[in-house]
Amino acid sequence: MLELASVSRAFGGLRVIDKVDFRLEPGEIVGILGPNGAGKTTLFNMIAGVLPPSGGRIVFENRDVTAMKAWDRCRLGIGRTYQIPKPFTHMSTFENVMVAAIHGGRSSMAQAKAEAGAILARTGLARHALTPAGQLALLDTKQLELAKALAVKPRLLLLDEIAGGLTEAECDVLLGTIADVYKSGVTIVWIEHVIHALRRLVTRLAVLSGGGFIAVGAPQEVLADQRVKEAYLGT
Amino acid sequence: MPTAPNLLLSGLRLLFAAVVIAMAAGPYFLDPTEVVIVTEFLSMLVLAIMWNLLAGYADIVTVGQHAFVGVGAYAFFGFSALAGLDPYSSIPLAGLVALIIAVPAMILVFRLRTAYLAIGTWVVAEVLMLVAGKLQAWGGGSGTSLPISIVLSLGRARNDRLAVIYWLAFALAAAAMFVTYFLLRSRIGVGLTAMRDNEEGAAAIGVNITRARILCFLGTAPFLGMAGAIITMQKLRIAPPASFSITDFTVFIIFNVVIGGIGSFEGPIIGTIVYFLLREYLSELGTWNLILLGTFSIVVILIERRGLWGLFRRLLADDIVPVAHKPTQPAVVSRRLSATES
Repeated sequence: MLELASVSRAFGGLRVIDKVDFRLEPGEIVGILGPNGAGKTTLFNMIAGVLPPSGGRIVFENRDVTAMKAWDRCRLGIGRTYQIPKPFTHMSTFENVMVAAIHGGRSSMAQAKAEAGAILARTGLARHALTPAGQLALLDTKQLELAKALAVKPRLLLLDEIAGGLTEAECDVLLGTIADVYKSGVTIVWIEHVIHALRRLVTRLAVLSGGGFIAVGAPQEVLADQRVKEAYLGT
Repeated sequence: MPTAPNLLLSGLRLLFAAVVIAMAAGPYFLDPTEVVIVTEFLSMLVLAIMWNLLAGYADIVTVGQHAFVGVGAYAFFGFSALAGLDPYSSIPLAGLVALIIAVPAMILVFRLRTAYLAIGTWVVAEVLMLVAGKLQAWGGGSGTSLPISIVLSLGRARNDRLAVIYWLAFALAAAAMFVTYFLLRSRIGVGLTAMRDNEEGAAAIGVNITRARILCFLGTAPFLGMAGAIITMQKLRIAPPASFSITDFTVFIIFNVVIGGIGSFEGPIIGTIVYFLLREYLSELGTWNLILLGTFSIVVILIERRGLWGLFRRLLADDIVPVAHKPTQPAVVSRRLSATES
């Protein structure tokens, strides 16, 4: 589904991502762990097309997308959420989702309205439909990020720390939504610090540290790995 | 049950509609001086609407918008005075020339972003003005007047001419508003509105930022060009520094839009009204008028980034001209009141 071949990214002299190789199969839900500054978001930005890689190739569904613009990748089926949400603050919550359905999801205006209504219900935002997105509380803003990403009808969904800062109950609700999305056939890559949340859903876990993956595999094995403990858990 | 904000909103919508209808009949009840001022108001409104679309939505903060006004003015003179076409068909042709000139200008300035783009647009405008000054048939550096035959073809009596130019400006301003309204309601428009609020976020949900920018830049040029033609009809002459006036066609316009509320449909309209009110009632203060305008715009920005309209909008349940899309399901609509009150 997605293949990173020797992908690198440097900011000035600092190599944040150094020749990373990664393969993602359809139907997976992969969790990405890593200490702060390990380059997780940089990796997402390169997959989504926000940042051009300094080197390497990114292939999505057998198409080289390395030089493709973010909006074209989105229309190909790559949806993403931002760690720091990017709501369209002066548009209503409904319009936020509608515009994603129109542009990323390629729906007609009427279709997009129906889809936006359904997605708002699914993400628990229906009661905020007419609230300007800038006035939403944190949880709702995170739900809106997810709602917008779903509206583009992704086949690959990139989630960037979507569970951070949520209470236990809120986190459960979010996990339920993500599990539903996964069951509907969307492949997911999920950056998260909340390990217990990741463990409940992911099929594979990958740990990013020092510019590359230091461990990739089944969640139990990866979490038991000595290098992972040193790099991430600090023991 | 109508609440106070909703009542206010209905009142404003009625007022807006009434003013538009009254303005359509302007020359029948305004005296000639007023007709001239309102014509000028309508031309400036067109420029404000266009700058708002570029800077407020597409993030093309141009300070070279006067380029296309000047190109329109010179093209209008060329078609009507030099080529001998009738002045009415010279107006859309002037718009077309502005569009054609906009293509290479765009290719040049779109290589730049933000402040560099602003400077780039300014340089393009200055270059075009200097080129205009080299055109001998257009009177060179000192410019020239519209031939009397063209002036008379608009109407034999002065008041008839003023009325004709008034209606041309009214038609252009109405067209600018219609086009903006339908653009903002369209698929591209909702994408533009998303860009206004968060460009990276818009790209991430599939909005083609480049295409939206191109569309705005090329779409505004003909309107600017036609406004330039109408301004020339009113001023009766062309000259490089006057037809390409950065102060009148760009700087004041930026003030208007910023004061009125950038990135909204109502903003440029409110800003242009405020500008004309200040100008008409404070003009005896001379330079102080401009100092006040500058101070006023700084104060407005410090209080509310989205201008007077942003400030006023807090009291209302909806926009005066509702460009936003509403959910279609009745269940969601019925919750509207509680959502806006919370």
